[in-house]
Amino acid sequence: MLQEEKLVFECETGNYHTFCPISCVSWLYQKIEDSFFLVIGTKTCGYFLQNALGVMIFAEPRYAMAELEESDISAKLNDYKELKRLCLQIKQDRNPSVIVWIGTCTTEIIKMDLEGMAPRLESEIGIPIVVARANGLDYAFTQGEDTVLAAMAQKCPEYISDEKMKTNKIESKTPNLNNHEELKKHPNLVLFGSLPSTVATSLSLELKRQGIEISGWLPSQRYGDLPMLGEGVYVCAVNPFLSRTATTLMRRRKCKLISAPFPIGPDGTRAWVEKICNTFNIIPQGLIEREEQIFKSQQMQDYLDLIRGKSVFFTGDNLLEISLARFLIKCGMIVYEIGIPYMDKRFQGAELTLLEKTCKEKNIPMPRIVEKPDNYYQMQRIRELQPDLVITGMAHANPLEARGITTKWSVEFTFAQIHGFANARDILELVTRPLRRNESLKALGITSAVYNHNFSEI
Amino acid sequence: MKLAYWMYAGPAHIGTLRVASSFKNVHAIMHAPLGDDYFNVMRSMLERERDFTPVTASIVDRHVLARGSQEKVVENITRKDKEEQPDLILLTPTCTSSILQEDLKNFVDRAALESVSDVILADVNHYRVNELQAADRTLEQIVRFYLEKAKKNASNSIKEKTERPSANILGMFTLGFHNQHDCKEIKRLLNDLGITVNEIIPEGCSVLNLQNLPKAWFNIVPYREIGLMSAIYLEKEYNMPYIATTPMGIVDTAAFIREIAQIITAQMVEEKENIYKTFENYIERQTKYVSQAAWFSRSIDCQNLTGKKAFVFGDATHAASMTKILAREMGIRVVCAGTYCKHDADWFREQVLGFCDEVLISEDHTQVGDIIARLEPAAIFGTQMERHVGKRLDIPCGVISAPIHIQNFPLGYRPFLGYEGTNQISDLVYNSFSLGMEDHLLEIFGGHDTKEVITKALSTDSDLTWAPDGLSELNKIPGFVRGKIKRNTEKYARQQKIHKITVEVMYAAKEAVDA
Repeated sequence: MLQEEKLVFECETGNYHTFCPISCVSWLYQKIEDSFFLVIGTKTCGYFLQNALGVMIFAEPRYAMAELEESDISAKLNDYKELKRLCLQIKQDRNPSVIVWIGTCTTEIIKMDLEGMAPRLESEIGIPIVVARANGLDYAFTQGEDTVLAAMAQKCPEYISDEKMKTNKIESKTPNLNNHEELKKHPNLVLFGSLPSTVATSLSLELKRQGIEISGWLPSQRYGDLPMLGEGVYVCAVNPFLSRTATTLMRRRKCKLISAPFPIGPDGTRAWVEKICNTFNIIPQGLIEREEQIFKSQQMQDYLDLIRGKSVFFTGDNLLEISLARFLIKCGMIVYEIGIPYMDKRFQGAELTLLEKTCKEKNIPMPRIVEKPDNYYQMQRIRELQPDLVITGMAHANPLEARGITTKWSVEFTFAQIHGFANARDILELVTRPLRRNESLKALGITSAVYNHNFSEI
Repeated sequence: MKLAYWMYAGPAHIGTLRVASSFKNVHAIMHAPLGDDYFNVMRSMLERERDFTPVTASIVDRHVLARGSQEKVVENITRKDKEEQPDLILLTPTCTSSILQEDLKNFVDRAALESVSDVILADVNHYRVNELQAADRTLEQIVRFYLEKAKKNASNSIKEKTERPSANILGMFTLGFHNQHDCKEIKRLLNDLGITVNEIIPEGCSVLNLQNLPKAWFNIVPYREIGLMSAIYLEKEYNMPYIATTPMGIVDTAAFIREIAQIITAQMVEEKENIYKTFENYIERQTKYVSQAAWFSRSIDCQNLTGKKAFVFGDATHAASMTKILAREMGIRVVCAGTYCKHDADWFREQVLGFCDEVLISEDHTQVGDIIARLEPAAIFGTQMERHVGKRLDIPCGVISAPIHIQNFPLGYRPFLGYEGTNQISDLVYNSFSLGMEDHLLEIFGGHDTKEVITKALSTDSDLTWAPDGLSELNKIPGFVRGKIKRNTEKYARQQKIHKITVEVMYAAKEAVDA
């Protein structure tokens, strides 16, 4: 099964566990400081949010549910008036710079026309409204961010190139007028994908070393600072789940997409920077050394010794799987299966090529890539393969551990800082944690006593 | 539409799934979009379950919307039937399937033809009932289904009661607040009284055993929220009496035991007098020697709690019992008792009548928080939400009811019911209030944190300044009342249009408040 020469793609039933895409509000409201996220859905959505996001709910978050009641469903109440009432209340209490409406399964099914109502309400209450349909009918987990960013891309100001400005005789009012000359070296570059600000800064610095200035991020720290987009602007993604945003940027905003592997792991980061440099005809400096240096560092070596030759199985739930698998293979691990909710072969093309290349370089069999996996069948395969590590959701982690299979929660990779050269150790810290736990418990000799379950009981 | 940040009781399907996954070898299939199977995470995490949660989703996606989900649902049911061979497959509707208005009943009937397992559709409406009501209904539905099934198969011995007195315990289930410990404690209590446990449902029970339910002499429903409907059904159909008194606290545990005595003596021919006597002896012995709660209430330490103000909030069962325990067993003044079980509001009011100053029925956690802030109790007994309110207001809080976190699923033995339960509750109450002697010493020596700078305040107004002498005086006040005195003083200063608060202002404020 593992002797494949090329990557194998399969598609199963889609009966798998993942988070609802509305979970994206949890990190996006923190990223966009002056935003307010209103999830228009039912108690089910609310229950998920309050339980999945744990204690964050107690810090007076800038998100809330517009909980639909029976009268809303049966259209006894007027959607527009109801939303207006709630949005005015939000305006009064929080005064945000933007309100993001998150459409859910329910608004889809009852066909609530959020996109139609938003512009009207926007002009009435004087706050921009962004509509994103992050529902479980269409999307999984991190794809929620994709829908929000795709909607936000439409709200970015229009970029007018210098030539156009000259022909239109418009006075240039760009704030970057002073270092205009410097910028002239390469076209505008906008990165998209929400990252903690420290990670965003470190990636910007990485590009700056190569003489590349970023003209903006989507999303920005504040809604008012959204980058200018338009013809002649280059865009590049930092996360593998942003295919919809990429499409919107290309088709609707006429930007040029730089298709690169994602800056996850030192190998990914290097490839990402190289690709951007190539696009701008810049010869990258010192990247190879930098990657080597990271892999050679003592702390990395300690982790690498732990994982070399060990096998991994991704059940798949957050779309980071291809990039993580590629990095772990680079680290000397063997990947049996990469489960993934949705596979955009075009958007992830460069990443897939790098994965293939890495497998060949390491001389290990190509992993199976299983789109829309079936968790039940996966558990059967895990039982057969007995991998050293299963990266999976919380629903399966404890039961697998009770059957002697070591697990790591996949959700942690979404919330941890995993981008750039500096965070490679953080990824391995996560990956090795269960392995190190096993080491330290081994001495206790209690592990076998804990497992009174036979794996055949699945 | 309702603007909501947080809710006390979850959606209906959670209640159904909690019941289904508590039974042995029952599989629930949710008719839901991707991501709605969050229940599996909760069960696996909070209960630290070693087994896979027997819940799968029959995913509703775009294709389903276009084509209808009959094929898929039927296929998923028959597939599970083959894979897991459960005794029962329960199709669970969600908010999404509620509005799709497909004929799920029809799907179930079709799937039942092809399956070895029994297949039923949970009869709950997402928009009408909450998690707790749904759990109650689902339990009753399953009980009814299997008893009616047994009736059809004439080969039953249903009507025969067990030889010795026996009881069913209804309503112990997964993700319940300390349910496992409570269950153990009730079993112990029954065992002490010479009563055998016939069946415990749904936790750990096989649906095939449900036909044995009528063999018991009576039913016990420890919690209001789940089991009552089943008990009422069993009473109606099989003439089984039930006890709905929650054996929480010394007084109610005694009442619970006396009810048992009444029920079993009514069904006995001989040794009636004997039963009463043994039971009374048991109550006395337990109250005096096993439970420390009665002695604790009498002990000198508990004296310091007399008249202290407490706020109680939770589900109907726990909030009502806790209110009664605080008021009549410990002499604590309950300034407000409340519940989020709106559907059970009348019962709750009746229970706490005379034991508290105010009754609050609300599902809105901000309203609850505001009332706590206004009443400024010395301690709160509530859910995890009230614990966080307490943290913010610097008021200690003991958690007595769901919704709860992983820390409320302790590994150690912590029942709330029965005589061991009374000990646990005493500890909880005592530890929640500032310790009596410590309080006293703090007051005498002016607190041990006099270096603390007071900047923490709930009010955001900054039109007031504290003079150094006022501030140092404020620092002498024990921590647990400092915030309150600060607020009162500032309120007074604002009324009097004073901008700088000195010692004099403080004492003037104190007099004004006292007067």
